Amino acid sequence: MEFLSDLQAQFATAYELLAAGWGVQLLWGIGWTLAVTVVSMLIGAMLGSMVAAAKLSQRGGLRFIGESYTTVFRGEPELLIIYLFYYGGTQVLTGVARSTGSIGSTDILNMPSFLGGVLAVGIISGAYQAEVFRGSFLAIQRGELEAARAYGMSAWLRFRLVIVPQVLRLAVPGLGNVWQLTIKDSALISVTGVAELMLTANKAARSTHHSLLFYTLAGILYLVMTSISTPIFEKAERYTSRSFTRPK
Amino acid sequence: MDFDFYLSTMWSVLKALPLTLEIWFFGIAFGLVIATGLTWLRASGYKLGEYFTRAYVFIFRGSPLLVQLYLIYFGLSQFDFVRHSPILWPVLRDPMYCTIVAMALNTAAYESEIFRGALRAVPVGQIEAAKAFGMPAFTRFRLVTLPIALRLALPAYSTEIILMTKATALASVVTIMEMMGTAQKIQHDTFRPIEVLTCAGVIYLLLNLSIARLFAWVEYRLSPHLRPPPEQSQQIKPVPEVL
Repeated sequence: MEFLSDLQAQFATAYELLAAGWGVQLLWGIGWTLAVTVVSMLIGAMLGSMVAAAKLSQRGGLRFIGESYTTVFRGEPELLIIYLFYYGGTQVLTGVARSTGSIGSTDILNMPSFLGGVLAVGIISGAYQAEVFRGSFLAIQRGELEAARAYGMSAWLRFRLVIVPQVLRLAVPGLGNVWQLTIKDSALISVTGVAELMLTANKAARSTHHSLLFYTLAGILYLVMTSISTPIFEKAERYTSRSFTRPK
Repeated sequence: MDFDFYLSTMWSVLKALPLTLEIWFFGIAFGLVIATGLTWLRASGYKLGEYFTRAYVFIFRGSPLLVQLYLIYFGLSQFDFVRHSPILWPVLRDPMYCTIVAMALNTAAYESEIFRGALRAVPVGQIEAAKAFGMPAFTRFRLVTLPIALRLALPAYSTEIILMTKATALASVVTIMEMMGTAQKIQHDTFRPIEVLTCAGVIYLLLNLSIARLFAWVEYRLSPHLRPPPEQSQQIKPVPEVL
């Protein structure tokens, strides 16, 4: 019984803290996390498709660039990449601004933390997406491409009508995995000061001394985000492969 | 190019390599133990065990490792019984142990799924053949199921190990001065992040590449049956064409 009343008291403090403004803050944190993830995924999709094309290219030089990209950005700790873009970006920006004289010689021009974080996470996500796209491209039936060529389709038409729809269909499950990975990577950019979910939970934990409560909440919210995206991607999979299933 | 700076940074970061490897090794070792337990629980057929492992995998794969680390390091110390426990407190107040615990718990979730998949992928015919030979269940497991499953699990397991190498960098956010933490410190002291992080990046990359190479070698050694037969030294000579 003592345990129950203790639990009740815990919930009461949790409610008080959340109602005192931390609840809204956490919701904003979720918004930022989703923003970071979506933008990173888009950057990653652009880079990933280019890198996949490079890896599939006939030219050795391009293949080498593609291979190095995926090896480096999948082999380095995410934290290191994020620091590189955030602090490295600051270093470059400061250097440029100092040499052009737009800031004083002792001033520092900081990298915008959202930009730095999104670039870093996007580039990491691009490395994983490149592998997904490459795998899906290789899974397209060779005959389809040959048939398109036999019809006299131009390279662009082949790309738009034959390759993209099929790559997308085959890539959706893999992209779902990358999306989950990117959500989790987005927690790391709290180190650069983007007020996403992790940093908000961190702030709340430090200033209220209820770390258990807020980190548990953050964990649950991440779980909610990752598990909500599973049915969404399943739906996308059904949609993109609708012409490959028997009509009911 | 300031060559001396690169060399000295490289050396300082390399001096932190043993600590990184220590976190890495213990994280993987404890993770393997927990994963084995989870796999056994899942395969044992008890409904309760299955629910538990499902929930475990869902929780540890669905949330970021950083949250888990913070929860273990900052969160658990709020419990009175943790702070007064003679066993738990020495572990949970030390950031190093906390990182290892977080990494082990996290990787166990992924590994148990890998092992489960590998066990399911063992060809049924092999097990049936063993049964037909009259092997008892344990011998069957030891001589047939386990070796095949381990070989099947290896590629995915090596990926997981590389993810663990990358995860050791997270120890730097809880004040451990492993390679990432050392690089961070040098970078703050010198304000030359690009150079410093490049040095650290090269070391991490070499580390991961050698781990990947090692696993590729083990995989090669364990799959002689999948390789094409070696070239015959005495090839059948083509019949000379007689005109």
